[in-house]
Amino acid sequence: MSDFDLIVIGAGPGGYVAAIRASQLGLKTAIVERENLGGICLNWGCIPTKALLKSGEVYEQLSHLDAYGLSVTGRSFDFGKVVERSRGVARQLASGVAFLMKKHKIEVIEGTAKLEKAAGAPRVVVALKAGGNRTVTARSVILATGARARTIPAIGAVPDGERIWAYREALTPKTCPKTLVVIGSGAIGIEFASFYRALGAEVTVVEAVDRIMPVEDEEISKAAQKAFEKRGIKFRIGAKVSKVEKTKTGVAVAVEAGGKAEKLEAEVCIVAVGIAANTEDMGLEALGLKLDRGHVVADKHGGTNVPGLYAIGDVAGAPWLAHKAMHDGVHCVEHIAGVKAPTVTAPVPGCTYANPQVASVGLTEAAAKAAGYEVKVGRFPFKVNGKAIAASETEGFAKTVFDAKTGALLGAHMIGHEVTEMIQGYTIAMTMEGTEEDLFNTVFPHPTMSEAMHEAALDAFGKPLHI
Amino acid sequence: MSIEILMPALSPTMEEGSLAKWHVKVGDTVKAGDVIAEIETDKATMEVEAVDEGTIEALLVEAGTEGVKVNEPIARLSGEDAAPAPQTEGAKAEAPKAEDKPERKADKPPPPAAPFQAAGETGATAKAPPAPVSDSGDRIMASPLARRLAQAAGLDLAAIKGSGPHGRVVKADVDAARGKAPAAPASPGAAPAAAAPRQAQTLAQLGIPEGSYDLVPLDGMRKTIARRMTDSFRDIPHFPLTIDLEIDGLLAARAKINAMLEKDGGKVSVNDLVLKAVAVALKRVPEANASYSPDGIAMHHHADIAMAVAIDGGLITPIIRKADTKGLAQIAAEAKDLAGRARDRKLKPEEFQGGTFSVSNLGMMGIKSFASIINEPQGCIMSVGAGEQRPVVRNGELAIATVMTVTLTCDHRVVDGAIGSKFLQVFKALIEDPLTMIV
Ligand SMILES: Cc1cc2nc3c(=O)[nH]c(=O)nc-3n(C[C@H](O)[C@H](O)[C@H](O)COP(=O)(O)OP(=O)(O)OC[C@H]3O[C@@H](n4cnc5c(N)ncnc54)[C@H](O)[C@@H]3O)c2cc1C
Repeated sequence: MSDFDLIVIGAGPGGYVAAIRASQLGLKTAIVERENLGGICLNWGCIPTKALLKSGEVYEQLSHLDAYGLSVTGRSFDFGKVVERSRGVARQLASGVAFLMKKHKIEVIEGTAKLEKAAGAPRVVVALKAGGNRTVTARSVILATGARARTIPAIGAVPDGERIWAYREALTPKTCPKTLVVIGSGAIGIEFASFYRALGAEVTVVEAVDRIMPVEDEEISKAAQKAFEKRGIKFRIGAKVSKVEKTKTGVAVAVEAGGKAEKLEAEVCIVAVGIAANTEDMGLEALGLKLDRGHVVADKHGGTNVPGLYAIGDVAGAPWLAHKAMHDGVHCVEHIAGVKAPTVTAPVPGCTYANPQVASVGLTEAAAKAAGYEVKVGRFPFKVNGKAIAASETEGFAKTVFDAKTGALLGAHMIGHEVTEMIQGYTIAMTMEGTEEDLFNTVFPHPTMSEAMHEAALDAFGKPLHI
Repeated sequence: MSIEILMPALSPTMEEGSLAKWHVKVGDTVKAGDVIAEIETDKATMEVEAVDEGTIEALLVEAGTEGVKVNEPIARLSGEDAAPAPQTEGAKAEAPKAEDKPERKADKPPPPAAPFQAAGETGATAKAPPAPVSDSGDRIMASPLARRLAQAAGLDLAAIKGSGPHGRVVKADVDAARGKAPAAPASPGAAPAAAAPRQAQTLAQLGIPEGSYDLVPLDGMRKTIARRMTDSFRDIPHFPLTIDLEIDGLLAARAKINAMLEKDGGKVSVNDLVLKAVAVALKRVPEANASYSPDGIAMHHHADIAMAVAIDGGLITPIIRKADTKGLAQIAAEAKDLAGRARDRKLKPEEFQGGTFSVSNLGMMGIKSFASIINEPQGCIMSVGAGEQRPVVRNGELAIATVMTVTLTCDHRVVDGAIGSKFLQVFKALIEDPLTMIV
């Protein structure tokens, strides 16, 4: 007899959502967490960064109020309060998760979990925060231990809490650095660059690939770089960091690009070069759990090669996104409970909440072509969109990629004001397997920026209305 | 308060079944756990137990009705008290029922109310009208993309089973339907492009007049056998490999083993030894323990061996799970139990669905050799013939040995000739020197 039907290890968005769903399905569920309920997302990721970025955005807006016929004098900020607001938001949400666990009668076990081989699913041994050990068993165990910032010790890219930061330090700074080098131009690097730039820091972003935000469509990368440069962020692309060194006044980042070496000096350097899965020191080797470059190898239901053990979210590989973790969690639990899931391949949107924002779903134009599709591509700029003009938010555009043969929407890409709130429209269309006609036939409210999404679909088939 | 008893789903894939028999009549009182009906699916007959107690008010579906959809009300029970909303559960075996209980309750249409109870409409339970049945003709649920793809491929959407939300036909279903259609012929014009499903001619057309025979209706099992075997034989590129095995050593070993087991009442058959040898051989040649899927070749972690058991009206293939981890005595015991319950049609769906390799044995009927049809999605099926004394040539001289011929039918998409042969070699070595099975 097991103690539980399901034990979830890690209370990030993947884990806690899995636990809630399990409880809804009548499974007796426990969740083990070594640090904070809510995981990285609520405490050190998605949420606190969005709080900081909002402060930055409002502050930046104050500097061009004249566009709206307004003015203020004496624009200033209290950096401590900006950071404290962000921490408060994180705390509020984490306590919300505690409430949800209670509401769904999920037992929260505070401590660090290790797994041991057992007849059925692995046994879970928790080194309790309160001291001592507790061993619990379940018919199924879900590993949702997430990931942490990747560091590169060989070149000194390891956070020291003072001059060299990863996201945790970058979220809880004591002062706002005047000069900053950000290594990596993925979503996390770009968001920090955007925030600190908004508050006045001199920011240089170093990217190894030959364009920023390499997972996005090339046109988006290009437009984003232009938009950020307009705001004063500098970029070094196709640039390799060979050394990160502390100096008397800050850090020196040695960079090589196109055969030229350069030393970027700054007060602080943020390392945002991806993440490493939390798979160590948990007894996974002894279980013979299959890993691939540190990530657990899981099938589409989260199943691993160890009977009764499942893995979801960041620990199970890319894309490292909270909503993917949650979706995985629900799917995995429904699979465990035997609920027959309909066959849908849900595309996972990706968002960057910098100023301007970037949002995309599905294939980039290049990826679609590489996959052998004959494509039809549409674009529509916000600068001719009524609502955008009225709001003085005319930067950016929407782009669609359709399969020319079937009319299936393969991908959509947007850059501009609040595009992260709009991408779900295309995501729904893709999940429901809509075609261009469904997008044509959808009535988009006027005036909204979303009308550009309609036009970008029309444009792909040569019939935009407003351009 | 009346409680509706709904047609239970006896397996995750069950959509409809036949209500074979009622064990209760109107006016009977039942309590939880009482068997109230028997339901026949493709492969098994299972008992339905009452979950609530009460008096049977009405039987809504007659015994013998085929094609009763899952969740259709089959009977009405008048509850003794204001019991919570009804729950129908399948046979005990399905106890860890996968459904979301709270949600199911909410979704359930309210019990049929007597006219004056109409005020109950204001109740919180939302009345979700049952989805229109697809054979109403005009409404086929399909995603826009699926519609377009089906049209382009000339496929009839109504004939495609939807796997999307609410049974909606989605792209993957159309792709699968397209993948199933035979590929274009190698030489252009040699055959009609997309061979339409074979249209069975009537017996009269074939010269057998009506009235000259009795017609036995096709039951669920017969239909399943007909469909699965036709699909398999037509769509899977299969080939047989045949090998002779000398089994005198095996028979001697069996005699010894049975002498040892006698006091416990245990007994091991040649077939059990074959199953054991198959399990060991699959472990040593894992490439033969594989299934073809469009996404890749599934290399199974364990040997789940299905054994064909002839039963009244057809056959069924119960499975010895993880046979590679089991000893001979256990395999023998499980095989005996499964075969017994198969004949009584008492197997649970999970006991005969799946499997990674099949063994069919007609040796006891004196069949010398035969080649079975692949049991999809398994990569191989072994056909075991009779062990009989035959002349063999040993060192240039004629001798007598007990010889058994086995044939391995392979799905060429996963198991090539060399792999199949390697498997048979290993299997032969194990059978001819049974001691090697334990090491
Ligand atoms: C700065 C930053 C910004 C981000 N912004 C976004 C965004 O805007 N949108 C987005 O979708 N994603 C964003 N992400 C990514 C997102 O945070 C992750 O994808 C998400 O948190 C992954 O969820 P998870 O449940 O897999 O793991 P996590 O959230 O990492 O949670 C894992 C939990 O497991 C616990 N744990 C680990 N090991 C053990 C153990 N042995 N015993 C007990 N507990 C253990 C950890 O303490 C942690 O709480 C961001 C990430 C960062 C760093």
